[in-house]
Amino acid sequence: MTAGAVEPSTDVVPRKRRGTELFLLVLALLVGVGAYVAVGIGYSGDVPADVAWVAGGFVTLALVAHVAVRLLAPYADPVLLPLVAMLNGLGLAMIRRLDLDFAAADQTTFATQQMVWTLIGVIAFVAVLVVVPDHRRLQSFTYTLGLLAIVLLVLPLLPVIGQEINGSRIWIRIGPLGFQPGEVAKICLVVFFAGYLVVKRDALALAGRRFLGIDLPRGRDLGPILTAWLVSLGVLVFQRDLGSSLLFFGLFVVMLYVATERVGWAVVGTLLFLGGAYFSYLTFGHVEARVTGWLDPFSDTDAYYQIVQGLYGLGFGGLIGTGLGQGDPTLTPFSYSDFIVTSLGEELGLTGLMAIIVVYGLVVERGLRVALLCRDAFGKLVAAGLAVSMALQVFVVVGGVTRLIPLTGLTTPFLSYGGSSLVVNWAMVALLLRISHFTREPQPLVTPLDAGDATQVVRLR
Amino acid sequence: MSELTLTLIRLGFLAVLWLFVLSAVSVIRSDMFGARVENRKASKPARAAQPPKPPKPPKPARTLRRGSRHAPRSLVVVDGPDKGQSAPLSEQPILIGRGADAAIRLDDDYVSTRHARVASNGEQWFVEDLGSTNGTYLGHQRVTTPTPLTMGTPIRVGKTVLELRR
Repeated sequence: MTAGAVEPSTDVVPRKRRGTELFLLVLALLVGVGAYVAVGIGYSGDVPADVAWVAGGFVTLALVAHVAVRLLAPYADPVLLPLVAMLNGLGLAMIRRLDLDFAAADQTTFATQQMVWTLIGVIAFVAVLVVVPDHRRLQSFTYTLGLLAIVLLVLPLLPVIGQEINGSRIWIRIGPLGFQPGEVAKICLVVFFAGYLVVKRDALALAGRRFLGIDLPRGRDLGPILTAWLVSLGVLVFQRDLGSSLLFFGLFVVMLYVATERVGWAVVGTLLFLGGAYFSYLTFGHVEARVTGWLDPFSDTDAYYQIVQGLYGLGFGGLIGTGLGQGDPTLTPFSYSDFIVTSLGEELGLTGLMAIIVVYGLVVERGLRVALLCRDAFGKLVAAGLAVSMALQVFVVVGGVTRLIPLTGLTTPFLSYGGSSLVVNWAMVALLLRISHFTREPQPLVTPLDAGDATQVVRLR
Repeated sequence: MSELTLTLIRLGFLAVLWLFVLSAVSVIRSDMFGARVENRKASKPARAAQPPKPPKPPKPARTLRRGSRHAPRSLVVVDGPDKGQSAPLSEQPILIGRGADAAIRLDDDYVSTRHARVASNGEQWFVEDLGSTNGTYLGHQRVTTPTPLTMGTPIRVGKTVLELRR
């Protein structure tokens, strides 16, 4: 609730703080480029030959993003861009480091591709800032985006363009271009949920009965949550994508809770989740395998080779790591995507991994702060949804590879190799910055009724 | 490359990593606490009033205006959705309404954006309706002209009741 006696002008002091952003960005670039150089020194003993090219390219991209924020959203949050630029740079250096190991076997160039995806990501970042001059305008596309999300989710199931890679049918391939439409669906779903809940939240929040001290919603209001549940189960059944399924459902439940402030929805959501999880545990072999790999990976080190290797990697890294370029992270399959966290944990140790997790925490905190300060309900929900989706994703991945929860495949935002994920995450940050700009912008001044003449009480009309 | 150099690079990189994290945290810190302090000061009375402590019996003191001991010091919301909110009385008139510029900002559907105003002429406090839709009432009397207030008189706007308190 708003406190009394606060004049709007003293409530929030509008500051642009773009200089601060630039300072942090330089530090972030120092981390990214430093990691790249350290990889070269650690691996072969000399500074990599292409460092000027890679560092120059990355620094240019980061500065382009910074200038775009300066021009298009001058009041936006100063911390978000440096944080994600640092994650992207660190991921790039790590992927480059893994490339060096792969290169001995065959010529894979994940790092070059990731660099190209970073370029596309920054283009998407600028594009979102240009195309969405006011986030409130997105509300009129609520149902269009909802439909688009469903179409995107269904696309990989279509016969010609859909493609099954590593047991999950979440890819589409048009010519040489592969893409995971589910990643784009994520951002569409956040906007859709926000637009939907803004309109319907009163009905969802007010009706219901109290049971055991928890306000439970009415039966007939369960429709949307059941639909979301069925859709995520559908993703699980038809695409065998455990991670996205969990992400979508969790996102919906959290946004429902944020919109209605009712614990009842969280309780219903958790029960539905537990039911769905148990059902899929009984029904699908791959879910059962994940649970066994979580509870007892050492029972069958061949079947759970990946997770066991990841754990050994983390153990090998210890407190301060083996040093960049000096571990053996490539022993873990998919060390460049799902398991990049263990690769980083091996070479940077617990100290480095904690820093990375704190950075994620700060990104989420900034997102939630945007949501708290935002004045319109739609922006609040979009910002909260974006922050929560990143929090959930990091939790699911990091929790999965460290055996806190069963392993489910999701990309680590900004760090993992993966074009779709990187581009969409850049777009999400742009959207957050856009909302943040509106939140921190000075409000148009409302002229006071009288100019502070306290004795002039009588007003003649 | 010697072992020592590699160790230095390793530790140096971790140091830079944490330096970045800590600078980000300090920027966030200055972002949170860098704002002016009026904000916090003003929110204190509101928070203190939040627990529904039984309101001190509002003595309908009539014209006890001997010295500052009996002068009202704040305007408190005693009933309605924003119960507990308050605003200190000063030279400035206090605007009551749903608008963002109101000193007492009510989340009450029956209150207008700029509903009423409480102001003083130096001796006495007055309430004045600002052309609200649902009116401002003192008791059952609708306020049409600036009306003098005494301590503890309930001012009714929408579903909310306010009072002058010491």
